Amino acid sequence: MAVTNSDPTLASLRWQCRRGMLELDLFLQRFLLHGYADLNQQQKRDFIEILAFPDQELLEILLGQVSATEQHINEIAEKIRQCAAL
Amino acid sequence: MSLIRRRFDALIIGAGGGGLRASLQLSRAEANVAVVSKVFPTRSHTVAAQGGVNAALANVLPDNWHWHMFDTVKGSDYLGDQDAIEYMCRVAPKLVYELEHYGVPFSRLDNGKIYQRAFGGQSQNFGEKQAARTCAAADRTGHAMLHALYQQNIRAKTHFFDEYFATDLIKNEEGAVLGAIVVSIQTGEAMLIEARTTLLATGGAGQIYRTNSNALINTGDGLGMVLRAGIPLQDMEFIQFHPTGIAGIGMLITEGCRGEGGYLVNGDGERFMERYAPNAKDLASRDVVSRSIYLEVKEGRGCGPNKDYVLLKLDHLGADTIMKRLPGIRQSCLTFLGIDPIETPIPVYPTAHYCMGGIPTNRKGEVVMPVKDTPEEPVPGLYAAGECACVSVHGGNRLGGNSLLDIIVFGRAAANEMIEHMKENRYRLPMNEASVEKAMDRLHRWDRKGEGETVDGLKEDLKKAMEDYCGVYRTQELLDKGVEEIGKIRDRLPNVYINDFSRTFNTARIEALELENLVEVAMCTVVSAAARQESRGAHSRVDFPKREDQQWMKHSLYFSEGDRMDYKPVRTKPLTVDSFPPKERVY
Repeated sequence: MAVTNSDPTLASLRWQCRRGMLELDLFLQRFLLHGYADLNQQQKRDFIEILAFPDQELLEILLGQVSATEQHINEIAEKIRQCAAL
Repeated sequence: MSLIRRRFDALIIGAGGGGLRASLQLSRAEANVAVVSKVFPTRSHTVAAQGGVNAALANVLPDNWHWHMFDTVKGSDYLGDQDAIEYMCRVAPKLVYELEHYGVPFSRLDNGKIYQRAFGGQSQNFGEKQAARTCAAADRTGHAMLHALYQQNIRAKTHFFDEYFATDLIKNEEGAVLGAIVVSIQTGEAMLIEARTTLLATGGAGQIYRTNSNALINTGDGLGMVLRAGIPLQDMEFIQFHPTGIAGIGMLITEGCRGEGGYLVNGDGERFMERYAPNAKDLASRDVVSRSIYLEVKEGRGCGPNKDYVLLKLDHLGADTIMKRLPGIRQSCLTFLGIDPIETPIPVYPTAHYCMGGIPTNRKGEVVMPVKDTPEEPVPGLYAAGECACVSVHGGNRLGGNSLLDIIVFGRAAANEMIEHMKENRYRLPMNEASVEKAMDRLHRWDRKGEGETVDGLKEDLKKAMEDYCGVYRTQELLDKGVEEIGKIRDRLPNVYINDFSRTFNTARIEALELENLVEVAMCTVVSAAARQESRGAHSRVDFPKREDQQWMKHSLYFSEGDRMDYKPVRTKPLTVDSFPPKERVY
């Protein structure tokens, strides 16, 4: 599953997806494998933005327990959620 | 690869609750402190601890530290060191109030005092009625503690090296620790951090098992560093398993599911717990349920295409009950498995959760090891705290709410001892360039090009072997086979190559370095488990079902050189009160 450095941004993101909870690791690693490549440039920026959320808040958003105030965050969260059961 | 050199008074490796509590104490004492963390500090695994932190505040029910001490000694199955346990339980209320002052938003009672919930294993008056001892910040206590401690560290001007991976300790000829080699994950550059004192707070190693509840970062990095430095690990056979993790994923499915009436079935649709525990059935103790699941799978009665799990049935409970009582579990199943437990049973298997063993320390956080006739000689300059350490307050089995307490109590205690050490040893020891060179050689090993096995391939084999031979079902035959199999995997390590030699965010190299640590820790765990011929706490041997205090009330010590075992006595004498002598553990 190692990502080579053909895409340095992806290599960096892969490390940003290492989190303090197994649930978040699963959400984010699966999305990197199955969903990230299909994003447009704006959506890739949204993904970087959602990675900056603290772990607990991010988990609650991804599990659909709370909604973010910004719509674009909820949209990227939905894309991440769709890849979680793959 | 050039080597950058930096000097600090104190080096903290790991930025979970233990590391951050220690660094805060040191920074406030005006020490020059470096904290090295392989992920951003608030993404450490402490964030996942939801339950709470134990302290005998008596806000809800009568309580005192001595009852907390009794419960912890009993919970440890009498393998815990009673001096350290007394210290921890006595200081707990003070440190919880301190956390409150640091900004942890504890949940409140109507009278404004800190809310405390009841957890298993807590009692009033030495084993009588249930106590309520766990202070909670809703269901995010670890998260709240970690963020508060991080903010306090920023205020105290602690120096953080975020996304740096520590590879090896640097020692001099006399065995004193002089710092560590760390690598920037962002740039790939190596750096020597020279420090007068070094604290390991690198957390657990749940990733040695295929099914585990830990974050991917829990690869036992500090444990591997210690073994390579010739220092033993203590009581590593004691791994706490939870019977119902989601199969193949590891995430915990709470016991509440079975409490609500859920039950387990095998591949034949049989409710198999009726055979193993005719009375308690699916509500038998964690170890009994875990071993029963293992046996069903082992004897070919598992479910799924590989027959490697059993099913937890909730569908008979009805949609209303599941949505009302178990909404979080339903949400996790829908999200990660794409199944709705209202209609479909959940695939489950025992999941590794917490390592009771670790780097041997005394109650002051000093790393100790046998030297000649002294069983606990401090390693000069080296300290450890948190899940990577074995103080030992958890002994054979950890009680809920005691892990968050352990990290703040012994993070702080270690820092206090580091401050004392620096007062008494005002001058920096000369650097040992031979040790630096050795560590750099090990790092350069991953620059070698060649064809061979992959990191992921070997890791998968390792985790599967640990699950098969050193999981919840332990016999001499299985464990001996495990020692052999893990030994073979260790022998394959030199034939592993990576194919990414870039510098920036070369995660392939970091994962290779983590793999080396996982292999070391796995070997240590299986050798220690094969040696202990009794059942105590979480170490449950089918062929030696009883606790044998006469022969085995002692701590294991594993040295990687020659896979050698040694033992040392349990510290049964508390600091000020009478000892709690071993008794049968009945709840």
